[in-house]
Amino acid sequence: MITPTIGPIIETHDLGRDFRVRDGLRRRTVVAVDRLSIRVEPGEAVGYIGANGAGKSTTIKLLTGILMPTRGTVATCGLRPMADRRRLAREVGVVFGQRTQLWWDLPVRDSLRLLASIHALGRVAERERTDELVERLELAEFLGTPVRQLSLGQRMRAEVAAALLHSPRLVILDEPTIGLDVLSKQRLREFLIAERSRHGTTLLLTTHDMGDVERLCDRILLVDRGSLVYDGTLAGLSRTVGAERVLVVDLAEPTPDLADVPDTRHLGSEAGGMRQRLAFDPESTTAARVLASLSDRAELVDLAVEEPEIEEIVRRIYASRR
Amino acid sequence: MADLAAYRAVLASRIRAQRSYRTSFVLDLASSLLVGFVELAEVWVVFHAVTELGGLDLAAVVLVFGLADLAFSLADLSFGHCDTLPTYLRAGTLDVFYLRPQPLLLQLITSDISLRRLARAVVGAAALGVGLAVNDVAWSLASVALIVLALVSGIATFAAMFVWAAGAQFYLIDGAEATNAFVYGGRYAATQPASVWSRPLVVVFGFFFPMAFTAYLPVVTLLGLPGPEWMPTWLGWCAPVAALWAWVLALLTWRAGVRHYQGGGG
Repeated sequence: MITPTIGPIIETHDLGRDFRVRDGLRRRTVVAVDRLSIRVEPGEAVGYIGANGAGKSTTIKLLTGILMPTRGTVATCGLRPMADRRRLAREVGVVFGQRTQLWWDLPVRDSLRLLASIHALGRVAERERTDELVERLELAEFLGTPVRQLSLGQRMRAEVAAALLHSPRLVILDEPTIGLDVLSKQRLREFLIAERSRHGTTLLLTTHDMGDVERLCDRILLVDRGSLVYDGTLAGLSRTVGAERVLVVDLAEPTPDLADVPDTRHLGSEAGGMRQRLAFDPESTTAARVLASLSDRAELVDLAVEEPEIEEIVRRIYASRR
Repeated sequence: MADLAAYRAVLASRIRAQRSYRTSFVLDLASSLLVGFVELAEVWVVFHAVTELGGLDLAAVVLVFGLADLAFSLADLSFGHCDTLPTYLRAGTLDVFYLRPQPLLLQLITSDISLRRLARAVVGAAALGVGLAVNDVAWSLASVALIVLALVSGIATFAAMFVWAAGAQFYLIDGAEATNAFVYGGRYAATQPASVWSRPLVVVFGFFFPMAFTAYLPVVTLLGLPGPEWMPTWLGWCAPVAALWAWVLALLTWRAGVRHYQGGGG
């Protein structure tokens, strides 16, 4: 076995990648990633977010040795991704939400067996790890089903098992929950949390799902047009852009606009005032306090809290930079 | 050697998968066999009109056909799967190969195997057998060595063509048509006497893609026939050199292609 490096799991310095694209007759250069300097320590869980085309997938490919950097340096698990690609493959597991690494016409069990040979797992290691993944990802019921017959949720769990079978130190997930229903998302997140606490696995995930970031990540990297624009916690990110939460209340009877609730902003009323929407800043008040002042003014029937959308936060950051 | 187990496991699973659809597998085999015989029949048809083609009689041409066709089918069986690279490129599946601890090219080659191509090898082997029987071969250790050498080098040369074509796909968009012209055109050229080729064909398939070395030249040497004036008869012994050159060309193209790769999908 290769002894784990003590240093960072991911370290890039002024990393950049250009693409030459044909634009009609002329060729032009598109900068996909630019001056990216990040450092991720072992055991961290990092959300890598940004709009479509911000350079997230390109970064993943640079980190895993699929693409050659145009500028700068990159080290993943202390290895050079391109030069040491085959060694790195034993240290990294990647889950692509939209492409499969399973064999579509084989049962899940056979795909896992093939991957075990590909990663040269010993017989004992293979059995132990397979059993662990089958149990914790609840694969048993469809282990004998060909991959092409699986539901999206089942396939995604099988994909995660496939990417994690060789117990990689770094797991990169590219939109892992895209298209999944609420229950499947929750299961997957719980699994990743458990995996991380059991094995100290480092997670890097790209996502459009706020729930993923909130539940899984203790650090966020936000990219815009290939460059890093934020590095810190989610709370800090919301604070920077002043992301408000929205309280939606259903009232017992038509009520005039509740415009005078302290620390809130009235966004609108529907159904003659039976449903009202109030925005508040979680930095200055809490949902509980807003509710308390509301119940002095009207009788509540139902309520919901809307979280700021990740797209919304990203949009605001982008807007403030332009 | 752990890698060997990995390739073997993948291939074994592909073979199992193909055999599990028995009817379609049998149909595939039958149609491949039919195509093979049609191509062999073509040789026959030509010799209805002429008694000699490029200094070779029917028996010699059948030998050329058999040698080239067997070598090609065996290369196709093991390396033909390289031609699915454009599909992998489009679907982004190639990225998955990057995440596995084996060389990309070996993963591509061993990612599948088409057993139906065995049927083609049967046609080639039959033609070769007939060809060796009906020709006046001066059997000796040297002639056996020449045949084996020609066959092995021929397989290697055709295999290199598949790898070359795959490497070129990284540069070409929907380039399979273009490279197929050389791969399958080369195969066709190899089954014909090179002496009837036009000059451009001699340049392309005589030397650049050394198709003449896979069957025609060894047969000329084997039968002691007078070759065309641009090729001395001992050239038949140079098939391994041609195979080596084909592989240099193939691996250089492949390496350049991988470097050129810009990542599949989103």
